[in-house]
Amino acid sequence: MNLTVAGALAFWAAAWLLNERLVRLDARTEPARRAVALLVPAVFGITLLVVWEGLVRGLGVPTVLLPPPSMIWERLVSSLPTLWVDFQQTFLKAVLIGYALGCGSGFLAAIAVDRSPFLKRGLLPLGNFVSALPIIGIAPIMVMWFGFDWPSKAAVVVVMTFFPMLVNTVEGLAASSPIDRDLMRTYAASYWQTLLKLRLPAAAPFIFNALKINSTLALIGAIVAEFFGTPIVGMGFRISTEVGRMNIDMVWAEIAIAALAGSLFYGLVALIERAVTFWHPSIRGG
Amino acid sequence: MHSAQNIVEARNVSLTFETNDGPVQALSNVDLAVRRGEFVSFIGPSGCGKTTLLRLVADLEQPTAGELRVGGLSPEEARKARTYGYVFQAPGLFPWRTIEKNIALPLEIMGYSAEEQKRRIASTLELVNLSGFARKFPWQLSGGMQQRASIARALSFDADLLLMDEPFGALDEIVRDHLNEQLLELWARTSKTICFVTHSIPEAVYLSTLIVVMSPRPGRVTDIIESPLPQERRPLDIRESPEFLEIAHRVREGLRAGHSDE
Amino acid sequence: MTASAPIAAPGSASATTGAVLRRLSEGNTLPVLIVVTAIVAIWYGFTIYLNAPWQIDTYQRTGAEWTAADLVRDTMAQERPVLPAPHQVVAEIWKTVVDVRPTSNRSLLKHAWITLSSTLLGFAIGTALGILIAVGIVHNRAMDKSVMPWVIASQTIPILAIAPMIIVVLNAVGISGLLPKALISTYLSFFPVVVGMVKGFKSPEAIQIDLMRTYNASGPQTFWKLRWPSALPYLFTSMKVAVAISLVGAIVGELPTGAVAGLGARLLAGSYYGQTVQIWAALFMAAALAAVLVALVGLVQRLVMHRMGAKP
Repeated sequence: MNLTVAGALAFWAAAWLLNERLVRLDARTEPARRAVALLVPAVFGITLLVVWEGLVRGLGVPTVLLPPPSMIWERLVSSLPTLWVDFQQTFLKAVLIGYALGCGSGFLAAIAVDRSPFLKRGLLPLGNFVSALPIIGIAPIMVMWFGFDWPSKAAVVVVMTFFPMLVNTVEGLAASSPIDRDLMRTYAASYWQTLLKLRLPAAAPFIFNALKINSTLALIGAIVAEFFGTPIVGMGFRISTEVGRMNIDMVWAEIAIAALAGSLFYGLVALIERAVTFWHPSIRGG
Repeated sequence: MHSAQNIVEARNVSLTFETNDGPVQALSNVDLAVRRGEFVSFIGPSGCGKTTLLRLVADLEQPTAGELRVGGLSPEEARKARTYGYVFQAPGLFPWRTIEKNIALPLEIMGYSAEEQKRRIASTLELVNLSGFARKFPWQLSGGMQQRASIARALSFDADLLLMDEPFGALDEIVRDHLNEQLLELWARTSKTICFVTHSIPEAVYLSTLIVVMSPRPGRVTDIIESPLPQERRPLDIRESPEFLEIAHRVREGLRAGHSDE
Repeated sequence: MTASAPIAAPGSASATTGAVLRRLSEGNTLPVLIVVTAIVAIWYGFTIYLNAPWQIDTYQRTGAEWTAADLVRDTMAQERPVLPAPHQVVAEIWKTVVDVRPTSNRSLLKHAWITLSSTLLGFAIGTALGILIAVGIVHNRAMDKSVMPWVIASQTIPILAIAPMIIVVLNAVGISGLLPKALISTYLSFFPVVVGMVKGFKSPEAIQIDLMRTYNASGPQTFWKLRWPSALPYLFTSMKVAVAISLVGAIVGELPTGAVAGLGARLLAGSYYGQTVQIWAALFMAAALAAVLVALVGLVQRLVMHRMGAKP
C-alpha cells in the first residue's frame, strides 16, 4: 500500500464525512438549500476523480486498461479540433436533426392515431411491439439507403425516438379526466379546441417524459450507428478506431465529451419541462 | 305542458344502461317541469338517477325513451347553443391556468372579445367573493375556494340555466353553510334557474323552491314538493323553524318510501 | 363494451360466426391484421419503386426489351436490391436456417443462438443483481442514500457507446468469449429491474404494512408475504424492458471483435460486403428473437398473475 493509494483513500473518507455533514445540515433558506444541493454531488464528483487518479497511479494500472483522469484531460485538451469535428458530425447533425424529426413525427402520428379509433387499435399494438425490437439493427440498412454520412445515422435516431414519443403522447392524450372532458362538452367545444386547451396541456408531463428518454436514446443511437460504418469523422467512429489502436485515453476523452453533451441536452429538456409543466405535482413538490 | 315558462321539460324519460350483468334502468318514466327562475333540488340515495337526470339535461348522456326539452330545444341543440353552465362534484379547474384564466376558458371557446372577457371575469369573481385571487393557481386555493371558482366559471357566460351536481359534497359543514348562503344570494342577484343535485336534506330544503325526491331501482321520481318557505331564506336559523322541519319531514318520508320498495 | 350478442341456438352456425366476427371487429385483432397487410402491400410497392432505377439501368446496358410485368418480376428478385421483397427475406431465412446444418458458420440459427446465449446470461445476472440491489435499497437506509445515486449515475455512462472499449479491455485481461458481451447485457438490464423493483417493494399501502406490524411479523415474513407479491407486477414489466435491452447489448457487443459470430456480426458483415438480403434476414431474426423473449416473459407474467388472482 503506497502513499498515493493511501492518500486517495484518505481523501475518499474525508469527502464522505463532509458529504454526510452537508446532508444533515439544516439549510433553512432557499439559496442555502440550493448550495447544499450543488455541493454534495460536486464533492462526490471531485472525490471520484481524485480516487480514480490516486488508485490508477498508485496501483500501477496499465494505461491501456484504465487511464487516469489527468492523462484523459491532457488528451482532451490536445485533441480539441478532432473532438470538435466529431461533435459536429455526431451531435449537431445526426443527434439533433434525428431527434427533432423523430419526436416531431412521433407527435404527429399520435395525433393521427387519436383522431382515428381504427388506427389506435391497429397501429398502437404494433408500435408497442416494434419498440421492443433491437432498432439499432437497422443501421446497416440506413447506410445502404442514405450513404455513409450523417443522414443514415440521423435516420436511425428518427426511428429510435419515434416510438417512445408515439406511445407516451398517446398515453398523455388519454390522461385528461372524464370531468374535464365533460366540461369541454358542456361548452360545445370543437375537437381542436379541446385538444389545444385541455388534452395537450394535460399530456405535457407524458410528452416531456418521452423527450427526456429520447435525448439519451438519440445520443446512444447515433454513436452506436456509427459503429456500423461512417466516414472518417464522428464520435462512434473515433471510439471504435481508437479502441483498435489501443488509445484508450482518446476513447475516454470522447466519452467525456459525449457524457457532457448528453447531460447538458437532458438538462435543457428538463429545464423546459419545469417551465411548461410547473403545475404538475411532481414539479411543484406538492 | 309546453310552456315558454318551462326551461326544462321531461316527459316519460327513461334511460337503460347495458352492463355486463344485464340491463340497468337508471331512470324510469320521469315527468318533470321546471319553471324559469326556480331553484330545484334533486335528492335521493345513491343509484336513484339524480346525477343521470342532470347529465341528460346537459346532453352528456342520451335517454333511451321519452322526450326531454331544454329551453324549448333538444338537449343537444341546447348544449350547442350554450344554454347552461355545469358545475361538477369536483372543481375540475385546469392546474396550468390561473383562476382568471380558468374562468376565461368558456369565454375563449365561445369567442368572446378580450375586453368582454376581462369584464365578465371581474364581475363573476366579485359575485363569488374571490376578487383578490385572480392570479393564483388552483392548488394555492382551498377546496371551498376552488369550488367557488368553478361556480364563477359556470356563470361567466350567458346561460339561463345552472346545473350543479353535488358541488359542495366534498366540503366540511361550516364551509358548506357559508356557500349555501352565498349561492342563494347569487341566485337572487342573477335570477337564473338552478338545478341542484344533493344528498343532504337540510341543504335541499334550505336552498330550493322545488324539491324532487327520487328513489332507486329503478330510478324514478317519488315526490315533487313545492316549498312554501319565503324567498328570503337567510339567516340560516330558518333551518330550525317549524315550516322548515315540516318540509324536511316530508322529504324524509318520500326517501323512506322509495327505499322500502325493495 | 357490451356483451349483448344473443345466445345462439345450437346448430345455428351463422349466429356463432356472426358473434365471432363481432368480437374480432371490436377487439384489436382485425385492425392489427389490416394494418399489417397494408404495411406488407406498401412494402411490395416500395420494393418495385426503389429497385426500379437499377433494374432499368441493367435493361438499358444489356439492350433487353422489357415490359412492366418484367420490371415487377425482376425488381423482386435482385441479388443486391435496395429494398428486398418480403419473400426474398423469408427465402434467405429459410435458406440459412433450414437448408443448412445448424453447426455450420452460415447457419443463421447458430448466430442467433450465440447472440441469444449471451443475452440470456446477461439478462439472468442483471435481473438477479437488480432484485438484490432493490432489496438492499428498500431495507437499508444507508444503501438507499449511497447506492441509489450510483445506480442512476451508472446510466449516464452510455455503455452501448463504449461497448467496443469494454470488450477489448476485457479481452486484454483474458476475459473473452461469452462473458464480456453478457456483462454488457447485465449492465444494461439491471437498471430497469432495480428501478422497477424498488417501486414495487415500496408499493404496499401504509395500512398494509401497519397490519403486518400488528401481527408482529418479522422482516423476512413481511418481505415474502407482502412486499414480494406486491412487487411481482413491477418485476414482469421491468423484465420485459430488461430482456429487450439485453438483446441490444449482446448485438452491439458483437461488433468490435471483427464481426465473427452472432447476429450483430452478421449485420456488420452484411453491411461490409453489401449483402442486403443477409442484413435483412439477420434483422428479422433479431426482431423475432426479441418478440419471442418478450412474449415468453409476458406468458410467465400471465400465468403467475392468474394464479395470484389478478384481474385478467
